[in-house]
Amino acid sequence: MTIAAAIAMNRFGLGHRPAHRAPDGPRAWLLDQLMRYDPSPAAIADQPSRHAIADAFQSYRMDARQFRKLRKNKTGTDDQIAMLEAQRKESRKGLRNVHMEAVDARLAIAVNSDTDFAERLVHFWSNHFAISVEKPPVVALSGNYEFEAIRPHIMGKFSDLLFAAVQHPAMLLFLDQAQSVGPASPMAQRISRRRGKKFGLNENLAREVLELHTLGVRTGYDQSDVTELARALTGWTIAGLTGGPAQRRLIADAKTGDTVFVNAVHEPGQRRIMGKSYGADGAEQAKAILFDLAVHPATARHIATKLARHFVSDIPPDNLVKKLEENFLKTGGDLPALYRTLVEAPEAWPDQWNGAQAKFKSPWEWLVSSLRALNVNELPRNMKTAQLLRRLGQPVWKPGSPAGYADEAATWAGSAALMRRVEMAERIAQRSADRVDARILAPQILPGLLANNTFEAVARAESPSQGLSLLLVSPEFLRR
Amino acid sequence: MRYHRRSVIAAGLSGLAMSMAHPGMAWASAATDKKFIFILQRGAADGLATVAPTGDRDFLSARGNFAEEALTGRKLDDLFTLHPAMVETAGLFEQKQASFVHALASGYRERSHFDAQNVMESGAMQPYGRDDGWMNRLLSLLPADSAKALAVAPSVPLILRGPAPASSYEKSRGNGPDEDLMQRVAMLYAEDPALSSLWQDAVETDAMAAVQQGKMRGGAAVGSMAAGLMNGPAGARVLMLETNGWDTHSRQKGRLGNQLKQADALIAALRDGLGEDWNNTLVLVATEFGRTVAFNGTGGTDHGTGSAAMLFGGALKNGGTVKADWPGLAAASLFENRDLRPTMRFEDIVTDALSDHYAIDPVQMKRTLFPNFV
Repeated sequence: MTIAAAIAMNRFGLGHRPAHRAPDGPRAWLLDQLMRYDPSPAAIADQPSRHAIADAFQSYRMDARQFRKLRKNKTGTDDQIAMLEAQRKESRKGLRNVHMEAVDARLAIAVNSDTDFAERLVHFWSNHFAISVEKPPVVALSGNYEFEAIRPHIMGKFSDLLFAAVQHPAMLLFLDQAQSVGPASPMAQRISRRRGKKFGLNENLAREVLELHTLGVRTGYDQSDVTELARALTGWTIAGLTGGPAQRRLIADAKTGDTVFVNAVHEPGQRRIMGKSYGADGAEQAKAILFDLAVHPATARHIATKLARHFVSDIPPDNLVKKLEENFLKTGGDLPALYRTLVEAPEAWPDQWNGAQAKFKSPWEWLVSSLRALNVNELPRNMKTAQLLRRLGQPVWKPGSPAGYADEAATWAGSAALMRRVEMAERIAQRSADRVDARILAPQILPGLLANNTFEAVARAESPSQGLSLLLVSPEFLRR
Repeated sequence: MRYHRRSVIAAGLSGLAMSMAHPGMAWASAATDKKFIFILQRGAADGLATVAPTGDRDFLSARGNFAEEALTGRKLDDLFTLHPAMVETAGLFEQKQASFVHALASGYRERSHFDAQNVMESGAMQPYGRDDGWMNRLLSLLPADSAKALAVAPSVPLILRGPAPASSYEKSRGNGPDEDLMQRVAMLYAEDPALSSLWQDAVETDAMAAVQQGKMRGGAAVGSMAAGLMNGPAGARVLMLETNGWDTHSRQKGRLGNQLKQADALIAALRDGLGEDWNNTLVLVATEFGRTVAFNGTGGTDHGTGSAAMLFGGALKNGGTVKADWPGLAAASLFENRDLRPTMRFEDIVTDALSDHYAIDPVQMKRTLFPNFV
C-alpha cells in the first residue's frame, strides 16, 4: 500500500479528519487547497480590530497610571482607590482574554479546516516571522498579528509578507523598533539641545530582519549593515502605543494602533547596505532596502532550506533545497509557485515510511492532529487552549525568542514532553471513547504505515479510551 | 536535612585539605560524591552590570546614569562591585564560596544568540560544528555513579546531548497518567529505540520527582527543585539548568535587577537544598556573550562580546576572588569599538574549574571536553 495519502494528510496537512474527503490524488488534493484557502474564515471575524485592542490597552494604561497617582498622593478615598484597582485588574484581564480568545480561534480554524495544507503554511510563516508574547501590548495584539499580517499574504510575494510582518505593531513593539530614534534626527537633536536628554537607535529589529527574516545568519552581512538598517527603520512607529518623542509629531488623523512613519525621528541621510546605496527617501528608504533583501539569493536559500526542513526532513535533501531556491529566485519570491514546486518535487514523496527520518510533530501539530482524528470541533469546555499548549511545551505565539520554535525532532522529542503528551492523550481520549472506535480509526488516519505492533496494542487495550490514548501516542502518530 | 553553616565550613576545610594532599594525583575513580551544576543564562546577560568594573575610570562615563546603581552593590575588590540585587551571592563571596571571572567569551565573535549558544553548548570552534555537547563528553571521564546527568528542560539541550545517557525533567503539575497506560506505552515503543529510551527516562524521572514541592516561587523554587533532583543515591550528579530573560534591549535597569534577584535566590536555594552536599558541589553560571558597553536609545543594551561568569560551591578553589585580565573600557580598548574585549576563553575556565573539582588532569580534561581546541 502506498504511503502517499498519509504523507499528504499528515506531513503536508494537519492530520486526517475522518469527516473530510480523503485524498485520492495526493498532489492534486494539496494544490487544490492553495486555490480554496480562505484568509479570513468566520472564526476571525469576531476578533477585535487592532484599533479596538490598542484603545483597550490605552485605557488600561490610563487606569494604571491614575491608580498609581492616587495611591502615591493619597488623594482618593479608600473606596475610590479600591474601585480603580478593581477596574485596572479587570482591564488587564480583558487584554489577556483577547489573546486567549485569539488562541482559541486559531485552534478552531486549524481543527476544522478542509484546506489544512494552507493552514500549515500560515503556522509556518507565523513562526518564521515569530513574535513572542511577553510585553502586555504584544500579548493583546498577538492574534491580530497572525490574522492581519500573516494570513492575507501567504499566497502572494514574499516581499509583501515581509513588509506586512515587519510593519505590524506587534513586531514593532516586540523587537523594540517602535521607540528607536535616529540620533541625528531633527527631534533627537532638538530635545538633546534643550534638555540634554538623549534618544537613540535600537538595532534589535534590524538585526533580526537580516538574521532571521531574510538573509539568514552568517550570509555576509556585518555590524555596519545592521546599524544602517536600524537607521533606515527609524521613524516607523505606532500611534499611541509607546512613549518616546515621536508621539508628539503624529499626523492628525493617525488612529491609536496604526503603524505610522514619523519623519522627525527618522535618521537623515543615505544608507549603504550590503554594498548598495539607498537615497534619503524617508519612509521609502526602509521599504527599498527590505524589497532588495526579500529577493536576495541568500534569502532564497534561507527560505528554501526552512521550507524543505519543515515539509520533508530535519536534514533537508540538497536537491530539493536547490529546486526551491531556483524557483524563488526565478519568480522573485512568488509563494504559491514555491509551494507548487514543493508539492511536485519527488523528494517530498518517499515510497517507504521511515520513522527515524520522519518529522517529529511539535506539540501544536500533535494536539491539532489529535483533535482532527477524533472529529471534535474544539476542546472540552474545561480546557483552555493556551494553557494546554503551555503545558505541552509550546505556548502559542510565545517561543521566547524572535527565531521562533525550532523545527527539528531534538527540540520536541524529550522525555518530559513525551510524558505530557501521554497525560494529555488520556484526557482527550476519555471524551471521545463513546463514539470513536480506535481500531477503525487507526488505518484511516495512518494509511499504509500503521505497524502491527501499534494495531495490536490498540486492539488489546483495556478500554476504548485506553485504545484511543495509545493510538494518539503511537510512534506513527507522534511523527508525520 | 537542614543546613548548618558551622558544619559546612568544617567539612569544606577538610575537603580542601584532602585535595591539597594529593595535588593533581587523585583521578576520577575516587570522585563519587562530586556534583556539578551548569546554569546557562540564555539571552546574553550583561556581565558589566552583574559584576560592574566600578574601579575602571571609563566605566562611569560609558554607562552614565546607569552606572550609579552599580556603586551601591558589594565591593568585591579594587576594580569590581557586585550588583546590589545579589545579596546572597555577596554573602557567599565573603565565605569564599563564590568567585567571578570577567571579560571572557567562547571562540564565537558574531552576535547571534542562537549561534553563540550553539558554540557554547557544543564546545566547537564554530556554530553547528558538532552535534554533541561538552557536558556529555564530561560524563565519559566520570565513574558511572558520578555520571548520572539530567537537564531541567522539556528535552535534553545540546550541551548534554551525545553518546552518554542523559535525561531531561520538567515539573509536572498533574497526577500523571494511569499506571497501566504507562506500562502499555512502554510496550507500544518496544520496537522504536528512540521513543523507548525517552519513555524509560520519563518514567524514572517521574518516579523520582515525588520530591515534595514547597510553596516557593521563581528562582527559589527552581533552585530547591533542582537540589531535590540531586538528593540521595539515585539523584543526578551532573545537572544543567537554563534561565531566560537576559536579552535586555530596553528598560534594562528594572528587568535586569529582577533577573539577578531571581538568580541570587536560585543559588541560595541550591545551597540550602543540597545541605552538606554543597561542599561537594561546583556551580558554574555563564552566558553566550555580553552586551554593549554603552546603553542604546531605549534604556537597554544590545548584543556584545565579553561577559562575566560566576562560580559557586562549598569548597570552591580561589573562592572570594575575581579573576580577570582586565582590558579596560577606554574607547580604544573596546572590541569593534563597542564591546568589552574578551581576554579569557570560556573553554579554559570550564577546563580549569572542572579539573580542580574532579581532580582530573587539565590536559585530559580539555582534550575530552574541547577536542577542537587542542
